[in-house]
Amino acid sequence: MERMLMKGNEALAESAIRAGCKCFFGYPITPQTEISAYMAKRMPKVGGVFLQAESEIAAINMVYGCASSGIRCMTSSSSPGISLKGEGVSYIAGSDLPAVIVNVMRGGPGLGGIQPSQSDYWQATRALGHGDFQIIVYAPSSVQEMADYMGKAFDMADKFRMPALILADGLLGQMMEPVVFEDKEIKMSDASEKPWATNGHGNKRPHNIVNSLYLQADELEQYNVERFKRYEKVKEELPELESYLCDDAEIVVAAYGSVARIAKAAVEQARAEGIKAGLARPITLYPYPEKELKTACKTAKKVLVTEMSMGQMVDDVRLALECRLPVEFFGRTGGVVPKPSEILAKIKEMKGAE
Amino acid sequence: MTEEIILAGFGGQGILFAGKMLAYFGLMGGREVSWLPSYGPEMRGGTTNCSVCVSDTPICSPLVTEPDILIAMNKPSYDKFINTVKPGGIAIIDSFLIEDRCVRDDIKCFYIPATPMAAENGITGMANIILVGKLVKETGIASVATIKHALEKIIPPKKSNLIESNLKAIEMGQSYEQ
Repeated sequence: MERMLMKGNEALAESAIRAGCKCFFGYPITPQTEISAYMAKRMPKVGGVFLQAESEIAAINMVYGCASSGIRCMTSSSSPGISLKGEGVSYIAGSDLPAVIVNVMRGGPGLGGIQPSQSDYWQATRALGHGDFQIIVYAPSSVQEMADYMGKAFDMADKFRMPALILADGLLGQMMEPVVFEDKEIKMSDASEKPWATNGHGNKRPHNIVNSLYLQADELEQYNVERFKRYEKVKEELPELESYLCDDAEIVVAAYGSVARIAKAAVEQARAEGIKAGLARPITLYPYPEKELKTACKTAKKVLVTEMSMGQMVDDVRLALECRLPVEFFGRTGGVVPKPSEILAKIKEMKGAE
Repeated sequence: MTEEIILAGFGGQGILFAGKMLAYFGLMGGREVSWLPSYGPEMRGGTTNCSVCVSDTPICSPLVTEPDILIAMNKPSYDKFINTVKPGGIAIIDSFLIEDRCVRDDIKCFYIPATPMAAENGITGMANIILVGKLVKETGIASVATIKHALEKIIPPKKSNLIESNLKAIEMGQSYEQ
């Protein structure tokens, strides 16, 4: 298998096609436009569909329609564009459909900036739309993981009949790294394993209906309760966390995505200076790897959460640890990427304050 | 062993391409690599830069803040990055575009008038690659075979005539003595 040098955005797009994603609906926005560009070039060659919609809202509603027919499909955008897609995501979740959405985050709020950020954590894990629902959220941290988790997102979305989101950022989207793809034949998805799909059936079965409107309160309650039972299974099966040097760590740094790499450099430097530091990197942000994080913090006296935001995941760390450990925060925001030396300084400050 | 490199200059000088070439040198040599461009409005006519890491171990931070090696192709980039070079590091400077001479004595500086050298030798626009040649000379980052292999990989078949001129630019950088 050849090691190829690719941008994160391109690796993600290639991986989606290899996972059988037949339809891509997009609208350009920095820093994720390479996904659209790659799809535009590649999709027609493999018998898929690339469609540039007239807006983000149109694109997500095309995903809604396409997913209803049982075909693997996706859309991608960056922060302001994802906000526009929120309504559609809620409808997709309310109709119990699988689909993949990619957010290559940039600084916000509003139009914000175009530099890397992680300030859509709350949006991704709490409320990517109105109503009682959750979506699966993966946070890759390398170009290889952009590829690996794209395929996994499709599989899990299908398995649990719910939307899955890849939460990346401008740094991961724009950087190039070696990536390896499994050698396998590209096979476009069809609806053969989706008995609920609204595709043609020649009157051989009762027709399927895709819907998210239930005017009877008790009926809607029933659907929501059933959906949340499914989320319990998601919480059992999906949580993933990478822990690094946590076995004897006194200070555990919790970070996800690209910041986790920068934090890893800081942890290594801290170790070289004799400070017992470790790194806990959640890979799934929903479901949050609560048990795994607790285990990683077994020997910790303090926890440092570091993010490219004003502090959003820090809430989940406190919840997972049930406030049993002091949790501090260091972040840069607005598109500023933290330096390993800044995180190291914070680790030292925490060590010194013991 | 990790080499952290910053390349910086004006948009249009081939800064990102030169960085990509270095990343391919590492890739073809079987090492871990990362390439991270600056992106955004600053690329339109303004300054641009990219971070390249080449390492024997997995790369943590792809963002280089204290480079072992700096390639500078304009004055603003020189001013911005020259004091960030690690002690013991290297700066390779297009001395035609940058008149300053570095006062630091803890780094090695190489001054090459790469822009006029390229123009006089019929490879206008390849000043970036001449500077890459100097980097190869000073660091031994890639063998001749690796360089050829990498060039074949990054230069599309339709433009394969450019492989020769790139090799020439690299050789010019390698053999330049101040």
